[in-house]
Amino acid sequence: MSAPFHALPDESLTATGNLPRRQKIASIGRGIFLLATLFAVAALVVLLWYIFQRGWNWLSWGLLTNPPSRRPERAGLSIAISGTLWIISLTLLVAFPMGVAAAIYLEEYAPKNRWTRILQINISNLAGVPSVVYGLLGLGIFVEWLNLGRVVLAGALTMALLSLPVIIIASQEALRAIPWSLREAAYGVGATRWQVTASHVLPAAIPGILTGVILAVSRAIGETAPLLVAGAAGFVTTKPGGFFDSYTTIPIQIYNWMSRPQTEFRDLASAGIIVLLALLISMNLIAIIVRQRFSAKTRW
Amino acid sequence: MTDLLEQTDAQTMPDAASEQAPLIDISGLNVYYGNFHAVGDVSFDIPKNQITALIGPSGCGKSTVLRCINRMNDLIPTARVEGEIIFHEQNILAPGIDPVMVRRRIGMVFQKPNPFPKSIYDNVAWGAKVNGIRKGMDDLVEWCLRSAALWDEVKDKLDQSGLALSGGQQQRLCIARALANNPDVILMDEPCSALDPISTLRIEDLMRELARNYTIAIVTHNMQQAARVSDQTVFFSLGENRMGTLVEASPTRELFTNPRDSRTEDYITGRFG
Repeated sequence: MSAPFHALPDESLTATGNLPRRQKIASIGRGIFLLATLFAVAALVVLLWYIFQRGWNWLSWGLLTNPPSRRPERAGLSIAISGTLWIISLTLLVAFPMGVAAAIYLEEYAPKNRWTRILQINISNLAGVPSVVYGLLGLGIFVEWLNLGRVVLAGALTMALLSLPVIIIASQEALRAIPWSLREAAYGVGATRWQVTASHVLPAAIPGILTGVILAVSRAIGETAPLLVAGAAGFVTTKPGGFFDSYTTIPIQIYNWMSRPQTEFRDLASAGIIVLLALLISMNLIAIIVRQRFSAKTRW
Repeated sequence: MTDLLEQTDAQTMPDAASEQAPLIDISGLNVYYGNFHAVGDVSFDIPKNQITALIGPSGCGKSTVLRCINRMNDLIPTARVEGEIIFHEQNILAPGIDPVMVRRRIGMVFQKPNPFPKSIYDNVAWGAKVNGIRKGMDDLVEWCLRSAALWDEVKDKLDQSGLALSGGQQQRLCIARALANNPDVILMDEPCSALDPISTLRIEDLMRELARNYTIAIVTHNMQQAARVSDQTVFFSLGENRMGTLVEASPTRELFTNPRDSRTEDYITGRFG
């Protein structure tokens, strides 16, 4: 019996047979994927262009330092910026340790049984719940049931709930990415579970965890709906000084300006968006720097 | 004095496996992974200050047995271990035994070199640190690295990452790390399978050196390695339902020259496995 191969007709090394067609399909594929990438970039560029065009002339020092006003040329974001910083720091303070702790429990401690699987599925589902639902939850639990009122603490706790699932899931993935051999090595020299986790697994996973936290917090900074529901004030004239003060945030201030009839306020809203973007980018930068510090320390 | 000791060691080492007092006495060991009966009724002794090689075809349970000795199988959620492993008159598998203490006394070197992503110094020092040792760390690190025949190569770069070393050096670093808790026993799970022949020989020399002061159990796929390095060899095979069983445990020379069981003979002559 002869070998069941199909012999090539000749010794040619140029594209013959069905190869030209296959190569063509490959290059069409390349075109489609490039187009998809360009479309996403183009959308971003158009968005930025539109916002900068309208908001650029309204950017001023006063925008950052002035309190809100009925006259657009005197209106500023100072109260909203302060509110956003309060909300985000408190959110981080609550959600970061709690999220990482939950992830450590689920990955390093919890037995793999039906209950932890159900828990896991629920956390994944929570990450997909629309943010306004968290707003309603915050309104119900923190503002009304705990009777905190429409204050910074209630808003921050609401945002913490919103960020928790994302932080937990990202942290779990970061922990899961640490090779089992590292844990074995540490157990092998007589370390307890906590020593293995604290000295090896967690430091190695920190860069990945921080990435997840950046994502979650970035989402929280831009969120408007949950805080609108859970009690950010539309018009506040003093910066929050503590947990129990009323507050507003940058997106809510932008939302307010957008809904005013005067075009000046709409342009001011665009300027506000630029400020929000700048804040987001600088926060991400800080996170990236922290992340690289940690990576350098683990000496992979 | 040391010379005298070394001489007696050298003289008693090769064929005296049966006469040595066992440091570890394994009897009736059964291991299950979920419903799978992975290791069936294994019993053998590991004599003090000797090298015991565990050989056998893939999947015969030799690594599983090795990992029972320092309770590493505890980390696998579905694993269940029955039987007795007597060490210093205590059953390692008994409920009151803390696996962390077991692992401190019975160190381990793994198949793939797995140094911590830390400095060479910290790789050795960490195991001692977690066990509460604070003083004399520099001396301890030097002593362990010397004992692992690595000191001369790394003494000028102790603060460099352990991962920057070559594969063979990494594995010797892992051995140094295991020594830092001054264990009685060192378990080695195919320590040379990821190494080149030269590095392998260096590790084997080191093992012979270490056997003066430590008791060593090594799992190996390499029969020549078992023959070269070990005093006693335990041969495992696959029984019914892919269950690993012990076929023969004998002094190495005897097992390789005059095997008692025909399955051992088939395996070592290369007719099977």
